[in-house]
Amino acid sequence: MMADKKRGRFGDFGGQYIPETLMNELLDLEVSYNHYRQDAAFNAELKELLDNYAGRPSLLYYAARMTADLGGAKVYLKREDLNHTGSHKINNVLGQTLLAKKRGKTRVIAETGAGQHGVAAATAAALLGMECEVFMGKEDTERQVLNVYRMELLGARVNAVTSGTQTLKDAVNEAMREWVSRVDDTHYVLGSVMGPHPFPTMVRDFQAVISAEAREQLLEREGTLPAAVIACVGGGSNAIGMFYNFIGDKNVRLVGCEAAGRGINTSQHAATIAKGELGVFHGMKSYFCQDEYGQIAPVYSLSAGLDYPGIGPEHAYLHQTGRAEYYPVTDDEAVAGFEYLAQTEGIIAAIESAHAIAYAQKLVPTLSAKQCVVICLSGRGDKDVAAIARYRGRNVHE
Amino acid sequence: MSRIPNAFAKGTAFIGFVTGGDPSPAQSEAYILSMIKAGADLIEIGIPFSDPIAEGPVIQEANLRALAAGTTVDTLFALVRSLRRTTDVPLVFLSYLNPVLHYGYERFFATCQEAGIDGIIIPDLPFDEKDELQAIAAAHDVDLISLIAPTSANRIANIARDATGFIYLVSSLGVTGVRSEITTDLESIVRVIRSATDVPVAVGFGIHSPEQAHAVAKLADGVIVGSAIVKQIAADPAGASNKLYEYVREMKAALGA
Repeated sequence: MMADKKRGRFGDFGGQYIPETLMNELLDLEVSYNHYRQDAAFNAELKELLDNYAGRPSLLYYAARMTADLGGAKVYLKREDLNHTGSHKINNVLGQTLLAKKRGKTRVIAETGAGQHGVAAATAAALLGMECEVFMGKEDTERQVLNVYRMELLGARVNAVTSGTQTLKDAVNEAMREWVSRVDDTHYVLGSVMGPHPFPTMVRDFQAVISAEAREQLLEREGTLPAAVIACVGGGSNAIGMFYNFIGDKNVRLVGCEAAGRGINTSQHAATIAKGELGVFHGMKSYFCQDEYGQIAPVYSLSAGLDYPGIGPEHAYLHQTGRAEYYPVTDDEAVAGFEYLAQTEGIIAAIESAHAIAYAQKLVPTLSAKQCVVICLSGRGDKDVAAIARYRGRNVHE
Repeated sequence: MSRIPNAFAKGTAFIGFVTGGDPSPAQSEAYILSMIKAGADLIEIGIPFSDPIAEGPVIQEANLRALAAGTTVDTLFALVRSLRRTTDVPLVFLSYLNPVLHYGYERFFATCQEAGIDGIIIPDLPFDEKDELQAIAAAHDVDLISLIAPTSANRIANIARDATGFIYLVSSLGVTGVRSEITTDLESIVRVIRSATDVPVAVGFGIHSPEQAHAVAKLADGVIVGSAIVKQIAADPAGASNKLYEYVREMKAALGA
């Protein structure tokens, strides 16, 4: 198995660039994941959790007012924001935490940016009776005080990370350092389709439920496949979930929206595909925002969930092969999209998801009324309301 | 030809680590020469990286200091060329993969050979991914140093069989940093390594005291000290050359005793 070059690779991307101390754990994780993904009892148990705890299937909502206003394709929203804990993150954490429990682990650790994944991980740990520790950049713990308390309320311990830039990338660094120190009883619930193999594959599989449902729901409603599916991309887990079951449908455009922050011609963005270069970091070969010496660059986005200097290896491959398209969306555009959806459809979306709304506002009018697009509404926006108010000059604090 | 075998030719080797450019290239050079004068048998020079995931706080901070001082891969090649004017002691780089990838593998290893680097340790390049650059490194006579960890178990023999230069045996779980005790059963790991290869084994992670060095010397061919050295540099950059001279002499004495 060691000599198999294809294992855990998407073209040349992916791999297992990780300290030797973790290798046996990763190999064992891969073996048990491959076992349980075929296991009927495991799948039944996971489906039960997804349906009767997380609230799946999520709605495929026809956005009639947005459709009428934009004047092009029919707009559908895949409502991952209506899941328990308010985002798509629950799909992955239920899968990984259940798997960890089957493997005899008693403790899970997780990184978090805005707190969505941390809250989801703390939730799954509470439900399945496991210990949970979350690593969160100190700057993010200050920006998201409520989510810190939410995690603590759920029984998790939150560690404020003071190294580096004190944001998401440093939270991942610290979670990896913790895992190397305590691998025996602990599973690292990575929150996105990143990291060393088998994480990008495993997390994708757990998120693929999004496109499995959406494909079926749209066929039932419209008798046709979408012209495009649109999702925001940080590490890329909701996007790969939205894309995956459409990859084989060559006429379905796969559109990813990455965070351009204050603009891709400034230094303050997190637009990995537009501005990143090939690199190896956090266990994977992919594209990363980095300087001319290969130092990982500080990145910026108003959206803490997209504020990450890399992108999952499968996205790098979908980009390289031209199967998926990726566009940068600025803070200004995303905030406008956030307000637009609130006022047009009465839905307050996460600022992450608002990046996808903003790009859809440009794309939809260029398509015909016979076509449909599906936008992944990856999370709800309660967490962002105060920050958006401040962005608009209103002094609102939580 | 690699100079690494020379390090292990006269008893248990003392291997000292500094982060290159911490706090400046000139000071790194002084520290290295001082350790060599005190009897260090091999020197590891860390190429600073923004996100060193295998390092504890002491070496993380050293990385940041070196980067803040403007250290680049080329700065460290210049440091190595300068050292090579006065010393034949084996020199190896420790680097995360990304700065090497970014420099270009062929260009990096060709420059290593020209400057006088004998080996490289890449903490985020496990055995399974070494095809990434092993052939290029070998073509330029640079040994890719293999790491073996307390969790390596059934992987030990395979890793050892392919090892070149020396084997870096990681003493403990976790990241780099001083530890009061090492609980791993190193002896049984070394036994498996010995049955697979004659390549020397050096133990690192957590070692700081002469007593620990003495204990490790009984079962391995070398001891690697990193954080304990970097700590002295951080505490007193101006006085560190003299202090490191005394420290390395003390550690060397413990190895021979």
